[in-house]
Amino acid sequence: MSEGVLVIFDQNQGQVRHVVPEILSVARELDQGTVTALTFGTGASETLDTLGEYGADQVLFWEQEPFTRYSSDGFADAIAALVPQIDPSVILFPASAWGKDLSPRVAELLGAGLATDCLTLRTDTSHHVIATRPVYAGKALAEVAVETPIQIFSVRPNINKAIPDPKKPKVLDWPPHIADNSFRAVVVERREVQSGVKELTEADIIVSGGRGLKAPENFKLLDQLAEVLGAAVGSSRPVADDGWVPHSYHIGQTGKVVSPTVYFAVGISGAIQHLAGISGSKYIVAINNDPEAPIFKVANYGVVGDLFQVIPLLTEEVRKIKAIS
Amino acid sequence: MKVLVMVKQVPDTETRIKIRPDGQGIVEDGIKWVINPYDEFAVEESLRIREKFGGETVVVALGPKRVEEAVRQSLAMGADRAVIIESADMLEPSLVVQALAKVVKEEGFDLIITGKQAVDDDSAQVGPMLAARLGLPHASIVIKLDIDDSQNKLRVERELEGATEVVELPFPSVITAQRGLNEPRYPTLPNIMKAKKKEVKRIPLDSLSIDPSPRIRLIQLSPPPDRPQPTVLTGEPAETAKKLAELLHEQAKVI
Ligand SMILES: Cc1cc2nc3c(=O)[nH]c(=O)nc-3n(C[C@H](O)[C@H](O)[C@H](O)COP(=O)(O)OP(=O)(O)OC[C@H]3O[C@@H](n4cnc5c(N)ncnc54)[C@H](O)[C@@H]3O)c2cc1C
Ligand SMILES: Nc1ncnc2c1ncn2[C@@H]1O[C@H](COP(=O)(O)O)[C@@H](O)[C@H]1O
Repeated sequence: MSEGVLVIFDQNQGQVRHVVPEILSVARELDQGTVTALTFGTGASETLDTLGEYGADQVLFWEQEPFTRYSSDGFADAIAALVPQIDPSVILFPASAWGKDLSPRVAELLGAGLATDCLTLRTDTSHHVIATRPVYAGKALAEVAVETPIQIFSVRPNINKAIPDPKKPKVLDWPPHIADNSFRAVVVERREVQSGVKELTEADIIVSGGRGLKAPENFKLLDQLAEVLGAAVGSSRPVADDGWVPHSYHIGQTGKVVSPTVYFAVGISGAIQHLAGISGSKYIVAINNDPEAPIFKVANYGVVGDLFQVIPLLTEEVRKIKAIS
Repeated sequence: MKVLVMVKQVPDTETRIKIRPDGQGIVEDGIKWVINPYDEFAVEESLRIREKFGGETVVVALGPKRVEEAVRQSLAMGADRAVIIESADMLEPSLVVQALAKVVKEEGFDLIITGKQAVDDDSAQVGPMLAARLGLPHASIVIKLDIDDSQNKLRVERELEGATEVVELPFPSVITAQRGLNEPRYPTLPNIMKAKKKEVKRIPLDSLSIDPSPRIRLIQLSPPPDRPQPTVLTGEPAETAKKLAELLHEQAKVI
């Protein structure tokens, strides 16, 4: 009888993203039995403390060659060969670029169903997992169940709480099975886009700008506000299309879908495609000089005014609050 | 080089989604159907490959009658011909993949390009799943694609969180297209006329004898939770900025 949850994720020199403790917490809450964590590459075993802190029962590190460089087919083949050995009822991946690349491949090799980008997971009375995931870019929510013996889910970052539950995980020493004619797609290079800048999908606060900023150089107003808030900077689509900011800033139905605690929409009208990408935000703050702008319909707080006046003043006010608290 | 492009027809992104009373789908009346935005990048990239290396680009789409429109649009952009797998319903990714796999094997190809994700089900599964089913390597979320002159190797750039990575892979393989890969061309009037005469082969889904057991069960669709009533501040910028900062600090407690 299949039992337990296998959590599969990437790491970088022993560092894991926030989503990893979040998924481990989800895995425990599902109450499906043993939680096994699997990760890869140089530094994998340095994640042991973090995995223990968030309640992994057992861990497996494939640090050796050829796992030092990601390969969609190589990793998927090795995982598919491992799964019968662990025999989990549930497999979880982060819904990151890495997890979204790998999980459908693993699902197909295992003949298993996969629900992508889930917000929440729970176990129902018949011990089945029920997932809630956004569809139509969050214009609707779908409750789904996976009907295959192995149920696979990828979990959206920044939604679930990371709750410590310290354990001393057992380190499994199971060598991978490397199939012939595997590791055909390989990563040959990695480039950081911006160092030191917060990643949008994991940011707690996002300051986002649109066409109301009028010119690319005015984004420095948002950079300044973001700096005092410790926020990431994003944008609407047209300003990314026009090259004011990199494509990676673009938020919305055809860009990044974000779920921060606070989303500042500055000079953004609130087109339906933009709103689709921000509907998971806890608080939306709109700053716009048009009181009729649709963004005000979804905002928790709004300021009707000229952003060129309001933003520098707001930056100052936040700075003052930060200084005394 | 023969490139196959998988094209899905989806509701226009402007669409306001209305959920059916039974919670098992959306109300389709009045929806404007379009080619999935990411699939436009896929079509465009296939045309650029053909312009550079010669060969053929073939569009494959699965869905009900109406998908012909999305297919004709791809042909008007410049694809050579198309195959439609006729299915009364839209299917879940694993079933789409089974059907597509049969058709693409029959067609033969050097490269398959899909969209990164369909903006209706937001699954982001079909590309990598199809690759696995065909036993081929893949790279997803591609923002740059280069083929070496000897046409032996693909070099693609993938978008990650805060980084990009370069992946090399052999032919044949499967790529999924992300925004930024290219700027899709608009069909010109003469090309729209020409597209009407291009070959569209129709294959009934039944004739492909796929295993129809779904792997995913939709329990129900529901609208997203309502957002609370907004607090809107108007007046002098110095006052509204101060008030906003206070609300965020004291009421929302987020700064
Ligand atoms: C297929 C498709 C997909 C799309 N996907 C996306 C997507 O993913 N994300 C996305 O963002 N868009 C997307 N769009 C585009 C979308 O429809 C809108 O065009 C876009 O979001 C508008 O961007 P904006 O709000 O920056 O610009 P505008 O709509 O031009 O709004 C600018 C706002 O700034 C305000 N403003 C102007 N001056 C000032 C000032 N001095 N002070 C304060 N406020 C000021 C104006 O009142 C206005 O509300 C998509 C469109 C299509 C067709
Ligand atoms: N019914 C379909 N017909 C043709 N291609 C499809 C279909 N469904 C999905 N695809 C392709 O797979 C991509 C990802 O879709 P999805 O996995 O549903 O998010 C789409 O962008 C299309 O390229």
